[in-house]
Amino acid sequence: MAAQIAAVCIFIVMFFLIITERFPRQYVTTVCGILTLVVVFGLCMHSAEAIWKVLNVESIFHVGFWYAPGTAEESATGINWSTILFIAGMMVMVEGMAKAGFFRWLCMRLAMLVHYKPVPLFLAFMAMSAFLAMFIDSITVILFLAAVTVELGKLLRFDPIPMILSEIFCANLGGSATMCGDPPNIIIGTALGYSFGDFLFNTGLMAGISLILVMVYFYLAFRKQLSAVQITSEDIASLPDPASVITSRKEFIISTMIFACAVLMLVTHAQTGLTVAFIGVFIAVVSLIAAGTNAPMIIKKLDHPTLLFFIGLFIVVGGLEETGILESIAGLIGALSGGNVRLMIAIIIWLSAFASAIVDNIPFAATMIPIIKSLAASQGIPLSTLAWALAMGTDVGGSATPVGASANVVGVSVAAKNGHMIGWGKYCKTAIPATVIVIAVSMLMIFVRYC
Amino acid sequence: MEQQLIIAIGREYGSGGHEIAEAMAEQFGLDFYDKNILEEIAQAQQVSSDHLKRYDEAPRFPWMSRNVRGYSNSLEENIAEMQFEFLRHKAKKGNSFVVVGRCAEEILREYPALLSIFVIGRMEDKVKRISEKQHVSPDNARLIIARNDRKRKMYHNYYCQNKWGDSRGYDLSISTSTVGVERTKDLLEHYIREVMADREQEQRSEFGLE
Repeated sequence: MAAQIAAVCIFIVMFFLIITERFPRQYVTTVCGILTLVVVFGLCMHSAEAIWKVLNVESIFHVGFWYAPGTAEESATGINWSTILFIAGMMVMVEGMAKAGFFRWLCMRLAMLVHYKPVPLFLAFMAMSAFLAMFIDSITVILFLAAVTVELGKLLRFDPIPMILSEIFCANLGGSATMCGDPPNIIIGTALGYSFGDFLFNTGLMAGISLILVMVYFYLAFRKQLSAVQITSEDIASLPDPASVITSRKEFIISTMIFACAVLMLVTHAQTGLTVAFIGVFIAVVSLIAAGTNAPMIIKKLDHPTLLFFIGLFIVVGGLEETGILESIAGLIGALSGGNVRLMIAIIIWLSAFASAIVDNIPFAATMIPIIKSLAASQGIPLSTLAWALAMGTDVGGSATPVGASANVVGVSVAAKNGHMIGWGKYCKTAIPATVIVIAVSMLMIFVRYC
Repeated sequence: MEQQLIIAIGREYGSGGHEIAEAMAEQFGLDFYDKNILEEIAQAQQVSSDHLKRYDEAPRFPWMSRNVRGYSNSLEENIAEMQFEFLRHKAKKGNSFVVVGRCAEEILREYPALLSIFVIGRMEDKVKRISEKQHVSPDNARLIIARNDRKRKMYHNYYCQNKWGDSRGYDLSISTSTVGVERTKDLLEHYIREVMADREQEQRSEFGLE
């Protein structure tokens, strides 16, 4: 009982401190993680075994951690090292690509391909945002896409806010389509043993159909602003040549090849048996070798705080799991739904969406995984059905408000730094209806397909 | 070589600090920065400054803001950072200027040319000034002062180590209630000239000119 109280208190304090941003979030989760190890497992449970289990270091030395032919291996309780290694690997790759000018080139090239016409540009950038976010973290996607949108807006004299808002939404939606698109999906995939293909054929399908609806929705929402844009041939002449934004041709070709290799490895990992941890480490090593003397700079620029944040978070959630708290919450959801599968799915997807709209979706997803595992076991529901509901809820729910997902914060900030203010009202006016549409469509698809 | 001079003036609402800052800028022939910084920023960004001004020197809403890798969705925070960057840029270029508020005493601390002043006043004097200036009752003036000082304090203390109005964070804290706004201006002018003379003396000794 004391262990449960301590685990819950630490978790609540951690969540509160993450939301208030009183201290950097990586310090919050690390300190709370250490407290969980010392207070919950050490002082209350007197269990060195539980500490070892949550630290989960042993898993790294299993062959199955790196190579798992057939079905992917489920991660045990505690620190999900697969997620951490994969995210770190992708960070290294993305740093290399950004340095070579890949993203800026891609944006400028696409704009040129649609002849800078407002409506095609608007739709093309939404599609590109969703596509890139399937493989690259949405922060990077929005960082570059929003910056290019602002630049185009300045040169072609249009208001970039409608485009930025729709790009942010599509980046979050694209992220929900694959296992590596959004951190909650990586955590869900590695924790529950799903492959890239599993996500693509389940959440990917929901995201694809939703993307079409969302593109129509955003077009209708912003058609007045879009039709008011008049672009002349002089405006187009003032734009830079896409090729001019490439900083190094050699680095550009290498980083593009590494990216293509990463996509190929991810798409085929269920067939090759290579785990996401292996792919992350492999891509990081290749990227660093290719970077040569720039490698130390790339490592230095890595987002170390995020990795530390994940480690602490997994320990705290491990504390809740080991003390049986999450099992009790799962029991509560089960009782609330009265064994009705559809109601349970509705609770999970809408609860996840609502929670992710107001708090960071990563700790929420990490906490919910043991809950849906327990629910699936106790209620006899396929785990994958609940996993897809959780993935769509957490990934898309974050789109509803400016603080719901990292891409939203970055997009709003890039716009603001360029003098385009997107307040809560302006953001939510289009984002909340779009979120409701996607969550409703996803829920109906889950009902039709899996129930 | 002309000596760089940056005068950062923090102030309590209604203390007359803004008026003093304007007078110092005029007296020493310096550029004057307050919310007009946003006009320059807006011009550079080719946007209207009206959209930016409502977030000027305003505290962020903690429950509605989030930071990710150095980016924030808080428009107040973005505006503040843009103003800080503007001031740092001007200071780095060697420009001399007077700046009101905007955490200048902390964000420009590394520049030896900085001279920071905090202007305070007794509540009854501040109430009188605000009542006359804004044609409001003393009670309303008191509320306006309290609200604005609370906002300034929250804004300042989010970005700075030193607390707003804490005399340890400024070169000089002065009350306009003691000798009135006009004589405070004279005193400050004299003080600034003394500081400049000292600095010049120091510089000359450093370069071996004496």
